[in-house]
Amino acid sequence: MSATTRPPMVLAESVHKRFGRLEVLQGVSLTVQPGEVTCIIGPSGSGKSTFLRCVNHLEQIDAGRLSVDGELVGYRQQGDKLYELREGEVARKRADIGMVFQHFNLFGHMTALQNVCEAPVQVKGVGRRQAREHGAALLERVGLGDKLGAYPSQLSGGQQQRVAIARALAMRPKLMLFDEPTSALDPELVGDVLKVMRELAEEGMTMLVVTHEMGFAREVADTVVFMDGGTIVEAGTPAQLLANPREPRTRDFLSKVL
Amino acid sequence: MVLLVVASLVRSVVTNERFEWDVVGDYLFNDRILDGLVLTLQLTVAAMAAGVLIGVLLAVMRLSPNPLVSGASGFYIWLFRGTPVLVQLLFWNFIAALYPTIDLGIPFLAPDLISLDANTAITPFIVALLGLGLNEGAYMAEIVRAGVLSVPEGQGHAAQALGMTRLQTMRRIVLPQAMRVIIPPTGNETISMLKTTSLVSVIAYADLLYAAQLIYSENYRTIPLLIVASIWYLVMTTILSIGQYYLERRYGRGSARELPLTPWQRVKRVLVPQHAEPATIPQRAPESGAGGGGGA
Repeated sequence: MSATTRPPMVLAESVHKRFGRLEVLQGVSLTVQPGEVTCIIGPSGSGKSTFLRCVNHLEQIDAGRLSVDGELVGYRQQGDKLYELREGEVARKRADIGMVFQHFNLFGHMTALQNVCEAPVQVKGVGRRQAREHGAALLERVGLGDKLGAYPSQLSGGQQQRVAIARALAMRPKLMLFDEPTSALDPELVGDVLKVMRELAEEGMTMLVVTHEMGFAREVADTVVFMDGGTIVEAGTPAQLLANPREPRTRDFLSKVL
Repeated sequence: MVLLVVASLVRSVVTNERFEWDVVGDYLFNDRILDGLVLTLQLTVAAMAAGVLIGVLLAVMRLSPNPLVSGASGFYIWLFRGTPVLVQLLFWNFIAALYPTIDLGIPFLAPDLISLDANTAITPFIVALLGLGLNEGAYMAEIVRAGVLSVPEGQGHAAQALGMTRLQTMRRIVLPQAMRVIIPPTGNETISMLKTTSLVSVIAYADLLYAAQLIYSENYRTIPLLIVASIWYLVMTTILSIGQYYLERRYGRGSARELPLTPWQRVKRVLVPQHAEPATIPQRAPESGAGGGGGA
């Protein structure tokens, strides 16, 4: 639509990342337009999660360029030179990007509602009452309106992950990153979490999802990306990539998981 | 066998007249003893507070990615943990010999904004506080560090992903959860500090032990007065242990699904039989479903 005026939400150009001698990302290039849902699939160790963590600067990239909503991640450009951002500036940019983790990572000493209200109050300076109202509404929306006062240890995995989604949404992010959000869940709890994610996608949230849920990818994603060995092997619409993969590596992977 | 040993010990303690239990009774609430008790408590609280503050600061520094900051903290811990606290107390006591005046100011620009005479500025209380507090800080640093490391890494990642800074993450997310691990050893440290304060008698600080020593140097009733001091130490450590129990419970919130009962709640449950354990009822009468309630 207005792709000419708005920059892509995520723009990765030949992103490299290495841990010691191991090169985890070997030149990843990817574009996610605003309002799009992109699913990244691939075998474990292919660099999917690392790439996701680079997008909100939990990991620093070693080479290439990575920008979110037109702004470089972790750096500021002046002329030809890149300057590393100070910690506070990085934190401020992260606040606009929601992230949901495989192991939920809810704050164990806080109730569901406190988990959701913490960052808006501490980071954005939202008033406590306002944060509580918004937080309660979000928890209601993910189907946990009756669990506001529950501690994470009193919730099932699926419930915890939905609290984690509400917690990320409380910051009113422009981009949501999901790092294998259903991989640690019992099979019967996966559906509730996917339902929340599907609704989010329908509302037009820009989402980058690392997942093993091929059904979700097929139904919700605008683009599916197959990663292996630190590179993007193939990308396309779900119909294209999941039904008629071009690359043998993609075909091989899909034959194992489908 | 154990009972026999205990019984004979008790008999000997009670019947041996040289314990002079009547003198113990006379001096238990003696004004000088009570004054010493108050000073001991003040010193314990002040030194522990200083130790905890220094400890948290050192632990956060120790975990800093900056090698200079973490190195400074490591050096402090090495120095203060590596020398006996008694030696440190004596050092602070004679600090006036090393630095006759204390000058506070900005190096090179205004070197002596404030100048104090060390002999008058450093009272025995300050010496005791410095000696015990700075030493305690080194131990607390290790305890706090272990606590911080016990919090899963994902907690920090989640906080950072939400836009919190390192300091906010530490203060709001990591330290509160580290408390569960920090509190029990800190309770031990407090109890140990209470007893370690008795060392300050060497610098003539009028704590509980020093008060007892002053009295028995006058009347030679050494054993009874040491018993008096011991009784008060025991009373205080007992109270501290109870306080520690409830603190641990409070910070255990969220880690267990249901908190265990306090001893007091257990006593109440035994004394007030309305809360008969539900587990036993169906075992005894599984077939009588309707009459389950019992008397009210």
